Amino acid sequence: MDLMMGKEDYAIKASNLTKSFGSVVAVEGVSFAVNRGEIFGFLGPNGAGKTTTVRMLTGILTPDKGDVIIDGIKLRKNPVRAKMRMGVIPEIGNVYVDLTAEENLSLTGRYYGLSRELIEKKTRELLTSIGLFERRNDLVRTFSKGMKQRISFACAIIHDPHILFLDEPTEGLDVQSRRLIVDTIYRMNKQGCTVFLTTHNIEEANKLCARVCIINKGKVVAIDRPEKLKNTFDKTQSIEVSFDQKIDEESLLHGPILKAEVFGDKWRIYTTDPDKAVKYIVTLAQEKGMKILSLTTCGPSLEEAFIRLTGGGG
Amino acid sequence: MSTPIFIRSIIVTAEKNIKIYYKKAPVIIFGLLFPLFMFLSFYIGRKIDLALFFPGFIAMTLFFTASSVGPLITPWEKQAGTYERLLSYPVTVNTIIFGDILAGLIFGMSITTIVLISGIIFLNIAIVNFLLMLIAILLGCFCFAALGVLLASPSSRAPSNVMMLSSLIRFPLIFISGIFIPLQELEGTGLILSYLSPLTYLVDIFHLCLNGTSMLPIWLDLCGLILFSCVFVLAANLLHKRNLAKGL
Repeated sequence: MDLMMGKEDYAIKASNLTKSFGSVVAVEGVSFAVNRGEIFGFLGPNGAGKTTTVRMLTGILTPDKGDVIIDGIKLRKNPVRAKMRMGVIPEIGNVYVDLTAEENLSLTGRYYGLSRELIEKKTRELLTSIGLFERRNDLVRTFSKGMKQRISFACAIIHDPHILFLDEPTEGLDVQSRRLIVDTIYRMNKQGCTVFLTTHNIEEANKLCARVCIINKGKVVAIDRPEKLKNTFDKTQSIEVSFDQKIDEESLLHGPILKAEVFGDKWRIYTTDPDKAVKYIVTLAQEKGMKILSLTTCGPSLEEAFIRLTGGGG
Repeated sequence: MSTPIFIRSIIVTAEKNIKIYYKKAPVIIFGLLFPLFMFLSFYIGRKIDLALFFPGFIAMTLFFTASSVGPLITPWEKQAGTYERLLSYPVTVNTIIFGDILAGLIFGMSITTIVLISGIIFLNIAIVNFLLMLIAILLGCFCFAALGVLLASPSSRAPSNVMMLSSLIRFPLIFISGIFIPLQELEGTGLILSYLSPLTYLVDIFHLCLNGTSMLPIWLDLCGLILFSCVFVLAANLLHKRNLAKGL
C-alpha cells in the first residue's frame, strides 16, 4: 500500500493520527501524504472516521496521537499559521444566516487578515462568479440550500488558500450548484491549489481525484489511483445493451458472457472478454433480426472496489 | 500566535457577536428586561432611599447585561452549525473566548453607562470618585462577561438550556450579594456567603464611588473582582476545550 511517497515536499502530511471519544476509537493510526497541486479523494462509509480525520487535519480537533503537517507547518505547534494556508468547507459548516451574503464574505476575509480593499474586490468577484451578486445585501436565511453552499464555498476561497479541504461539498445540491462548485475546484486546482475532497459520491471522486484514500472503521484500507483500485479486485467488465425486441436470458448466456441481468430497459452483461462478447451480441442480433438501440462497454467500477475494501460486498 | 493576529481575531469575533447576538431575544430579555423588572419589583410601593439603592441597581444592571451575551453564543453557533466553520478559521479557542467576553463587556458597559447617565440626570445621583467608577465598571463588565462565557461551556446545542442554567447560577449570586441587603446588615452565614459572590465586591465599590463609603477596603474589592475574573477565564478555557467536539 502506497502510504507515503518518496519525496518530503507535501501539501498535507498526516502521520499516525489517532482520536478516541471516550472508549470509542474513531480514528486509529491514519497516515497519508498529499502532493502539492493534487486533488486527493477521501472516501469511506458512514462512521468510518472521515469527518474526525478532516477535523484533525484542519485543526478543529486535536489528535490524541500523531501529527499533521500543512504546507511544511506543524499544525499542533502553529495552528493559526497552518490554518492561514487552508480554506475549509466543514461537514456542518453553515454560514451565518443572520448576516448578508456580503457580510459573510467580509467576516471571513477579516479573519484571514485581508485588507478592506481586497475584501471588497474579492467579495465582488466571488459573488459575481457564484451568481449571487444581485443578492449580496440579502440575509442568508432567505437563501436556498444550494445558494447557502455557494456562499460557504466562496467564504472558503476568499483568501486564495494553498490547500482546500472540502467535506461533502456537493451533498444534496442541485445540478447547477454542483457544477459550479466542481468547476471552481478544477479551476483552483489548475492554479496550483491542493484539494482534499471528502465525499460519499464515488463517481465524483473517480472523476475529480488523482488519488483516493479509502478509510474504514477508523483505519486506512487503501490509497491509490482510482484506475488502479478499480482493477485490483474485479477483472470482470460489463456491457450495457438494449434491443428493439424482447430477448430471453438463455440466448445471451454463451461463450465469454458470464452473467446477464435486466437493468432498466437494457441488459447488463458481464464478461472477462469484452471484444468477444460484443462480437457475439452483434451476431446474435443479426441472427434474430433484432436492432441494437444502444451498446456501451463499462469497466470495473470504483464503487465495486470501495465496497470490497470496506467489506460492504459480503 | 502573534499578538496582532490574536488581537485582530478577538476584535473580529466580538464584532461578529455584536452584529448577530445583541438582537437575539434571550439577550434582550435576560440582559435588559430582567434587571428593569427586578428593580421595579423591589422599588415600587416601598419607601426605599433611591440614592442608597442606586449602587445596587447599577451593579445588578451591569451584572445582567454583561453576562447575558456569553451564554448564548456558543450554544447558538453549535445549533446553527456555524461553530465548526468558526473553528476552521485562523483562531484558537482562546481567541473565541476573549472575542465573546469582549462582546459581553461592550454590551454591559454601554447599557450600564446609559443607566448611570440617566441616574445622574434624572435622579441627581453624584459620582464621588469618577476614575474608580470607570475602573469598577470596566472590571465588573469583564468579570461578568467572562462568567457568561463560562456558562456557555456545557456542550448543549440548545441555547434555551444554557439560558436556564445561567439563570440558575446568576440569580443566587444576586441574592447572596449585598444588593438587596447592605453588607453592613449581614452577619454570620449570610455575610460569609456574600463573599462568594463577585457582585458583592462590585456593589461595595459602587457604594464608595456614589455614596463615599464602603464596607470592605477598596484593594480587597478590586482583588476580589480580579481573582473571580481570572477564575472565570481559566475555567471557561478549560471547559470550552474539553467540550469543543460535543455538539459539533
